[in-house]
This record gives sequence, structure tokens and C-alpha cells, in this order.
Amino acid sequence: MLSSFILAPLILLLILNLPFEFLRKQIAFWLTLSLLLNQILLPVIHFWLPWSIYPDPLGRFFAFKLSLDMLSLIMLFSIAVVAFVSLLVAKSTLATERRKFNFINLLLISLIGMNTTVLATDIFSLYVFMEITAVAAFVLIAIEKNQFAVEGTFKYLILSIIASIFILTSIALLILASGDTSFKGIYAAFSSNFNTTLLNFAVGLFLCGLLIKCGVVPFHGWVPDAYSEAPIAVSVLLAGIVTKVSGIYVMLRLFSSVFVMGESFGNAIMFIGIISIVLAALAAFRQNEIKRMLAYSSISQVGYIALAVGCATPLAYLGAVLHFFNHAIFKSLLFVNSASLEKKFGSTDTAIITGLGNQLPVTSVTSLVGLLSTAGIPPLSVFWSKLIIIIALFNSGRFAYGSIALLASVLTLAYFLTLERNVFFMKPEMTMDTEDGIPFSIKFSEILLAVITIGVGLGLPFILNALTSQLKDIIH
Amino acid sequence: MTIRLIRSIVGLALTSAILSVIMYRLNSPLAAVFELSVCSGLISVIFITTVSFTQRISKERLLIRRRERLARFLYLPFIIIVAGVLLMQYLKIPQFDLSVPAKGPDVRRVLWNLRHLDLLGQVIILLAGVFGVVILFKETDK
Repeated sequence: MLSSFILAPLILLLILNLPFEFLRKQIAFWLTLSLLLNQILLPVIHFWLPWSIYPDPLGRFFAFKLSLDMLSLIMLFSIAVVAFVSLLVAKSTLATERRKFNFINLLLISLIGMNTTVLATDIFSLYVFMEITAVAAFVLIAIEKNQFAVEGTFKYLILSIIASIFILTSIALLILASGDTSFKGIYAAFSSNFNTTLLNFAVGLFLCGLLIKCGVVPFHGWVPDAYSEAPIAVSVLLAGIVTKVSGIYVMLRLFSSVFVMGESFGNAIMFIGIISIVLAALAAFRQNEIKRMLAYSSISQVGYIALAVGCATPLAYLGAVLHFFNHAIFKSLLFVNSASLEKKFGSTDTAIITGLGNQLPVTSVTSLVGLLSTAGIPPLSVFWSKLIIIIALFNSGRFAYGSIALLASVLTLAYFLTLERNVFFMKPEMTMDTEDGIPFSIKFSEILLAVITIGVGLGLPFILNALTSQLKDIIH
Repeated sequence: MTIRLIRSIVGLALTSAILSVIMYRLNSPLAAVFELSVCSGLISVIFITTVSFTQRISKERLLIRRRERLARFLYLPFIIIVAGVLLMQYLKIPQFDLSVPAKGPDVRRVLWNLRHLDLLGQVIILLAGVFGVVILFKETDK
């Protein structure tokens, strides 16, 4: 069953590229949409009917070593939701049929990459599929071939290659130290306390690579360019999930259950996290373009997750996983909101767009949900995840970090409320037609994501119970 | 542009050749053969495809660029020498215990029987690369 998360998108990709015109024009979109819907439903169904115990007809031919736990289930679900929304947005925002088809192909490749990254139990396979995700992302950013997008891709490409060199060197050292590439073998090498200098050096290199891939503050140069210049469907995918899976998820997985992290590494990650939170929030203040503002906010939110990973207590990991999921949802929601603004105005510059509350009711309500959630207002979802992270920091005696994280949350509220007031609640400068002209697919995505944001916030006690009982087994 | 791209391809092929010599010297002939075939062959083909889509630049710009490049790297040897001297003076490399892992299974068995997932990954990366080249360089939107 697990191998179908890899093989199903691959088979669909091959089928779609058969030389039949009708495949390309008519059913490519619907087939991909149903594949993604399937992936949304499977993790949900798994709670009642654990499908991982069923036989795996396709996987019998391949010796894939995959494993599934609570963390990968949450990741699979987030990947599917964001990819689903991004596909819906692509349908109504990309210009030509050909481009939509190209987008679908790359989305499927990216899906294979992300799914396998999440399910892998071997550090080299993890690296290979992280690269696949990155290669698909390079092409996706530049898919419209405008100059700034190509610049963004180029920056991402160079930084990503540097990150890959770090990670690959680290893997070589890990193989040298442990003689194995599986997570279990590497963990065994860490617990046997043999060759500590070499192992620590390897962890340090891996960490450097991952921090570049996450785009936290010293390495964030490519993030605003890539997110704001790519087509909006791609921004949804990138900001929501792609960079998070290949940076944050890998960090979560490795530091919670494979590497044994020394105190100094934890402190380094926390320091970088807190710098990202504050600097990116300040940078977001200065942006006039909504997409750039969201990109900086994304860097800031990744800082919270890094802070939690560095704190390294079970409660902090819980907060990190929850914040990861919440971030995937609300960041996609906000990017979809900016898609409908772009659809209406052809621009997302806050100087041009004012007073849209009456003209775009769905967009304004859902964006309010997204923005308040980002700023951590109860009872919306992000309030809880930030709260858990901050409590974890206080519990482990890191009061300074906790307080700064708390105050930075107010900063987030400030810049998003300014944005909300300008764009939706001020008096409109120009009169517009009453027809909002936003396609159904975009409205549907907005509502879906807003409902998830509110639902996770309200249903947190149930979710928290399920999470704590299951995540305990993952963290060593 | 074209000249620089072609130069980079030659550089890539050379690097790959040197790498495979090193791998051979390090007692892993199969890895060396793989490196040589995959990198020199396949990646170069992809790059040549890319090159065929680019246009040439004029003679004058080429001359200007050459001069600029010389000026840009004038200080480089100096920096390298100083850095080398400094490193030799102050850098103390910690002693790693580089015990060579016990001899594992045969490379062929590893590749074809144990690492299906990575092999599939390689195929998909090539697929993604081909998509990239076609989408970014070949197609023109009308």
C-alpha cells in the first residue's frame, strides 16, 4: 500500500504523456485531482481502518524500504491538501492549456519526491527524493519564463546545490562512521558513542544544508524572489509544502529520531530560529507587495518551527509538527487569497488595492481567518501551535527565547492587520463592478482551507490526544 | 553565452573523468564506470541540448567580457596563497578514527537488488531534467 504513494503518481505521469491529445486536454486535470483527493482521504481513513496492514500488490515487485508513522501521515495529508489547492488555483490562473499541462506534470514529479521523502527510512533515498522535489521546484518557479522568476530560480538553484553538497558530504561521513545508510543503523552508531567527533561533524554539515533548504534568515535570499515572482499556483505549492518538506520535515525526522543532537546544536538552531522570526517579521513590515510580505512571513513562521526543533523536548516536537501542518494550511490560504486579488486587479500591490471588503466577500472573510490565525489569535489553529512551542520553551527554562517568540507574534499581528485594513476595510478608491469575477475553483480552495484552519483550532483537544499518543513512539 | 556553456560542459566531463580515476584508485571500479557513463554521457547530452537553444553573443561583447574577467580575478592568486599559508599555520585537523567499514555486498547486488528506491529516484530525476529542458528552453508560447 505504501509504495502506491510513489508508484501511483509515476504511473499517472507516464499515462498522461502518452501521445494522445484527449489525455492532455480533457482528463489530465481530473485524473490528477482525483489522485490528490485519494491521498487526502487515505490518511483520514487510516484512523478508522489502518490500511497499512493490507497487502501491497505493486510493492511486491520492488524492494522499497518505506515506513509509516503519525508524522508521515500528517505530512502526506498536508502534501495532498496543498497540492490539491495548488492544482485548483493553477486551473484558473495559468494562461495556456500547454502551461497547465506542464504544471500538472511537474506537480506529479514533485508529489513523488515529497511522498517518498516523507516515507523513506534510508538517509540516501531521503536525499535522492529531496533532490527530485527541488528539481521540479526549479522548473516550476520559472514556468512562465519571466525575468525575475528566472532570477529567483537561479538563486534557489545555486543555494540548493550548496545545500546538497553539505548534505551529501554529511551522508558520506555518516556512512563512514556507521557503515549503514538506514535510519536504524545511523541511530545505532549515535547511541554506541563511537567516533563522536566525526558524527558531530556530519550532523553539523547536514544541519547547514537543511537550514539553506528551509530558507531561514542568513540563507533566505532566494525566498522572496521565488515566492513572489513564480505563478501563484506555484507559490502556493512552494510556500505551503515543497520547501517545508525538504527542509523542515527532514530536520524534524532526523533530529527527533535519527541523530542524537548535542546541546550546542540545539542552541544554534534556536538562535537561527529566533533571528529568523524577528528579522523576517521586521522585513515583512516594509513590503508593499502582498506576495513578498507572505514570503517574509513564511520565513518568520519557519523560524518558530526551527525554535521548537532546537528546543528538542517532546512537547516542542509536538508543537513543531502542529505548526508545520498549520503553516501549510494558512500559508496556502493566504496565497490563494492573493491569487483572487491578482485575478481581480492584475496586481497584488497594496498601494493599488484598497477597500475590497464588499466586492470580494469570500476572499476578505477567509483572508481575515488566515491572517488572524497567522498572528496567533485564539481559537484559530496557529494560536495553539505557537502556544505549545512557547510553553515548551518556558518549560525547558529558555525564558528569553520564549518571550521573544511571544512578542514577535504581536509583530506579525501588526503587519497583517495593517494589510487587512488597507486591502479590505478602507474605502475603495475606485468603483468596481459588483460581479466579483473570481472562479469557483479559487473560492472553493479559500473556503476549504479556512474551514480546516477553524476546524483544527476548535477540534484541537481531539487532535492533540491522537498526536501525543502516537508521536511519543517516534521521538527517541 | 554559447562558448561559456560549452566550456562548462567540457569542465563537467573533465571533472567526471577525474572523479572516476579517483574512484578507480580507491578500489571501486564499478562506481568509476557508473560515474563515467552516467555523467559524461547522459548529463552532457542534456547540456548539449540546452546549448543548441541558445544564441551567440557579438565579438565586441566577448572581448569586453574577457577583459572584465581578467580584472575580476587579479587578486585571486594572492588570496589563495595567503589563505593557504594561514591554514597551514593555524589549522589543526582533529584526528578522526577513519576505520573503513567492513566490506559490504557486491556493488551490482546493491544496485539491482537492494536499492530499488534510489534507482527509481535516479530515473525520475532524469525525467524531471528532461521536462525542465523541454519546458524552459524548447517550448515557445504562442
